[in-house]
Amino acid sequence: MLACLVRIPVGNRFFHNQSVEERLMIEVDRLTKFYGNHAAIRDVSFTAEAGQILGFLGPNGAGKTTTMRILTGYMPASSGTARVAGYDVFEESRDVRQRVGYLPENPPLYREMTPFSYLSFVAQIKGVERGDRRAAVQRALEATAIDDVASQPIGTLSRGYKQRVAIAQAIVHDPEVIVLDEPTIGLDPKQVIGIRKLIKGLASDRTVILSTHILPEVTQLCDKVVIISRGEIVVEETTDSLTAAEDLEHVFLRVTASDVVADEEAAAEQYETADAADPETEVADPPEEDAPAPDSSAGDER
Amino acid sequence: MNNVWAIAWKELRSYFLSPIAYVVLAGFLLIMGFMFWNMLAQFSRFVAIYSSMQQPGMMEQLNLNDMVITPLLGNMTVVFILIMPLLTMRLFAEERASGTDELLLTSPVSTLEIAFGKFFGASLFLAVMLGLAFVYPAVLMYFGNPEIPQILTGYLALFLLGMSTIALGLFASTVTDSQIVAGVLAGGMMLMLLLINWPADAVGESMGAVLRYLSITEHTTDLMRGLIKVEDIVYYLSLISIGIFLSQRSLESLRWR
Repeated sequence: MLACLVRIPVGNRFFHNQSVEERLMIEVDRLTKFYGNHAAIRDVSFTAEAGQILGFLGPNGAGKTTTMRILTGYMPASSGTARVAGYDVFEESRDVRQRVGYLPENPPLYREMTPFSYLSFVAQIKGVERGDRRAAVQRALEATAIDDVASQPIGTLSRGYKQRVAIAQAIVHDPEVIVLDEPTIGLDPKQVIGIRKLIKGLASDRTVILSTHILPEVTQLCDKVVIISRGEIVVEETTDSLTAAEDLEHVFLRVTASDVVADEEAAAEQYETADAADPETEVADPPEEDAPAPDSSAGDER
Repeated sequence: MNNVWAIAWKELRSYFLSPIAYVVLAGFLLIMGFMFWNMLAQFSRFVAIYSSMQQPGMMEQLNLNDMVITPLLGNMTVVFILIMPLLTMRLFAEERASGTDELLLTSPVSTLEIAFGKFFGASLFLAVMLGLAFVYPAVLMYFGNPEIPQILTGYLALFLLGMSTIALGLFASTVTDSQIVAGVLAGGMMLMLLLINWPADAVGESMGAVLRYLSITEHTTDLMRGLIKVEDIVYYLSLISIGIFLSQRSLESLRWR
């Protein structure tokens, strides 16, 4: 309890006096999360400063979503600590949640609501004062260029609009830290450029964690790159020094090689299993007693 | 409190923005209207028969409250148990299925506030339902002179019963992301509570008393007759508290998976 009381001013008052660049907005320290016996992430540590855009990369299933869910207060870690905007994500979860905007992988939209009423609702539960709510919603609508559809049910909007409503939801309460999971997915090239500009603009006084599979987006936008592979951080470096010698694509493939090899092995195994189960090969060669049972799903995939 | 209100208001609006509100309201009023019309027709048949007997005092035995309103509301308890799960099944299962639970659980809102918000949102809809259903006693008040306090306690019984179903149905809706499963669970729980006193006579005195106390029917009868008893009110408030408590625990457990 005492530790909490001491920690809060450190994050807020003390660092405010320092230059913006030196203020750590995200401090992740040896974060581990188990699902049953399986460790989704293991000893994940990285930091991000105020004003930075952090590119958070990794193959699918490497633990990106798990890490982001812990940082946004959705779920607690099994061990390790994380501080966002100076608050502990577990001990002071509510303070963290108030200061974080989060765009999850699946846009959390209520289909029957209009963007306007939806954003008003989000602003309300994120703690925006009644008097400021209208202005906050209007600002978010304009920033994401969705004010022309503000009064149509979200369910009737195109995918690009839905995605932008979800982005508006993450920024409506003017959070200090913004976590975006694949924000430009489903957008046309013009909208992608618009959203990138928006992210760039947001970062002037905020911290953005950007998870994406579009590597050029990272080189364009991010000050820092963190790559996670099989639950562990394999790269934490500034974009400039990382891409000085080779381009990001090569870096990504090299550091996530173990992940890729594992995928290929699994695929090859499945292929062999399907082969053994193929009835045509079985005619010439009687199946062995302990041959793997025919797997219909594996056979379908060939 | 602000958050509770925000979620409750959103929930109430969502009902009216989806077809479910209109379907449930129409179905509810239609069934209740059909029952009302039948009972009223039977009542006027009795009036005709009794008045033809020409015996003094016979007419005094005919009573609108006992012959129309009390049986109508009594039958409505069963209808309620079938209809309320349709309103509660979406409360949280839909959030989980569409991923909006991630928004709620990453907002500075406690799980208890979410549970209360959802509960009050559905309860407000219930209030609208019962308000509209007041048209039937209003017809009686216009043409006859039923006892109004007794009607009000009858509606209070339905309101308390409905809120209990909402609380338990909300819990059912938090344990699954399938609305169907949530609805069946809620309906099953309420039906079980309705029937639980059936073996009461066979299982011995003390056990029988417990089963009788647990049963919904035991706690609607007196209220519908116009008698407000503390134990009945306590019964409903207990069901509501248990439902909201379990919902909050269940929501909290979502974080730990």
